[in-house]
Amino acid sequence: MTREAAIVGAGIMGLTAAHALSLRGVRVTVYERDVETGRGCSWWAGGMLALWCEMESAEPLIGTLGLESLAYWRRYFPGVVNKGSLVVAPPRDTPDLKRFAARTSHFEWIDRNKIAELEPDLAGRFETALFFAEEAHLNPRDALAFLRKTLETEFEVRFELSTTIQPEALKVDAVLDCRGLEARDALPDLRGVKGEMVILKTKDITLSRPVRLLHPRIPVYLVPRADNHVMVGATMIESGDRTRFSARSMMELLNAAYAIHPGFGEAEIVETGTDVRPAFPDNLPRVRRDGNILRLNGLYRHGYLGAPALARRAAEMIVDGKAFPEVER
Amino acid sequence: MADALTLYGTTLQSRLMLGTAQYPSPAILAEAIKISKAEIVTVSLRRETTGGTGGREFWTMIKELGVHVLPNTAGCHTAKEAILTAELARDVFDTDWIKLEVIGHADTLQPDVFGLVDGARELTAQGFKVFPYTTDDIVVAEKLLAVGCEVLMPWGAPIGSGKGLNNRFALKAMRAHFPRVPLVVDAGIGVPSHAAEAMELGYDAILLNTAVAKAGDPVQMAKGFALGLEAGRLAYLAGAMEPRDMAVPSTPVLGLAFSEI
Repeated sequence: MTREAAIVGAGIMGLTAAHALSLRGVRVTVYERDVETGRGCSWWAGGMLALWCEMESAEPLIGTLGLESLAYWRRYFPGVVNKGSLVVAPPRDTPDLKRFAARTSHFEWIDRNKIAELEPDLAGRFETALFFAEEAHLNPRDALAFLRKTLETEFEVRFELSTTIQPEALKVDAVLDCRGLEARDALPDLRGVKGEMVILKTKDITLSRPVRLLHPRIPVYLVPRADNHVMVGATMIESGDRTRFSARSMMELLNAAYAIHPGFGEAEIVETGTDVRPAFPDNLPRVRRDGNILRLNGLYRHGYLGAPALARRAAEMIVDGKAFPEVER
Repeated sequence: MADALTLYGTTLQSRLMLGTAQYPSPAILAEAIKISKAEIVTVSLRRETTGGTGGREFWTMIKELGVHVLPNTAGCHTAKEAILTAELARDVFDTDWIKLEVIGHADTLQPDVFGLVDGARELTAQGFKVFPYTTDDIVVAEKLLAVGCEVLMPWGAPIGSGKGLNNRFALKAMRAHFPRVPLVVDAGIGVPSHAAEAMELGYDAILLNTAVAKAGDPVQMAKGFALGLEAGRLAYLAGAMEPRDMAVPSTPVLGLAFSEI
């Protein structure tokens, strides 16, 4: 019987894993090299729970994990906004919208009147759009803070911050390696996919739900947040470099925001961020067994969409000895 | 095999070149390349990804496929930019091949043929083997050959449009005008029949990306293209029949009993 587990890495993977184990009665200690929890790429995420949209390019497994994770967030986190999401395209990229529709499900084609009804500030901007009514979004930073608080107050999870430790050095029943790209020493097939994002602030445009703009080269989404903030993301660049935000990326992101509404030209740039998503060659997450260590990694761009479901599987592998071949690769 | 293709002294069995962008995952990309038997893949290099750990894993994976890497200068708008990118690509991929793209317009992605000729001249002087992405303009093509290009890559249609051979007449004229220069249709191919059509016209190879990467099932589509290319190439080698306006019975009537003739 596993009574005690250690988790290395307190991003969305580590925190949801701590929650899943705590719910099953395991005592958990979380080690994080940073001074705060959740300051890696989880901090910069969009927070779209857009599993049906993601099916445009993702494998079916993401749909399975996404459905479970969506239910998880709705059950445990009060900050989920259940207003669906919109997908739009400039008139000349209508073929992209048709292609997107052909590859996805759980949406309806809506016309300019319905667009105006859902998002009054986008009235007249687009003739047609796809509306994914069952999708949702959340603010990742609120979700991270909520999980931390829940873990400390309800489950007495211990956090060892500013602590760099190798999972191999921990002597407990089970160790969960949730270090993201840092785990490359143990997962040689892990690679980095860089992402850049901008947060804009404007009182002129209010959105109620995420809006995705399709474009042959730069698909970009806008996610509304509190206080007139809008997150614009995110680039996808094959690179392990987490520091530089290029002028080209900034231009592409802002161009897309501008294409959705020229009013974003007047917005204030509140924040810019860049980090690296950990991904395996098939862009699917895995739980890899390595002695008493489980390595949970490769969430790619599906952190909030994948972590809770992956965490539940890992917890049941540890506590109940179950096997999950779909993620144990 | 007798029907091999030689580009800058390198002999190839496959006449398909695949781009590596926009695939759902590197694993699917690798599978698509394998099943298509493509021997040349193009890789776009963004300057920002060349420092530090940038892009290494992705490039290593490409190199491990055992194919020839043709780095490209996608997204460059001036000859100078393209030359810088080519120099970086030479270091990263250890190759003197470069697919030269100088984009004239950010939206239409039409090549800037003036910058293209300038860039090709400079790169050839530096010892690069240049694969220029150009239009179907024969005068531009002659200038590219004059500055040292040994391969021409005219567009079929605008990049990513999937429209096929937009100007069949111009492409035919180009083939007739340069009977011994390797000609590659680059850009605009949407489905295998487009590729087959170009091969039937006598083009030497096809370069494409979006048509496979953005297909519902990229791996199946890659195989479809390999077969389409093969069909078109065989048709070209075999020599097609001459079309005519009247029906011609495949069984001769002449000499049949009760024939009216």
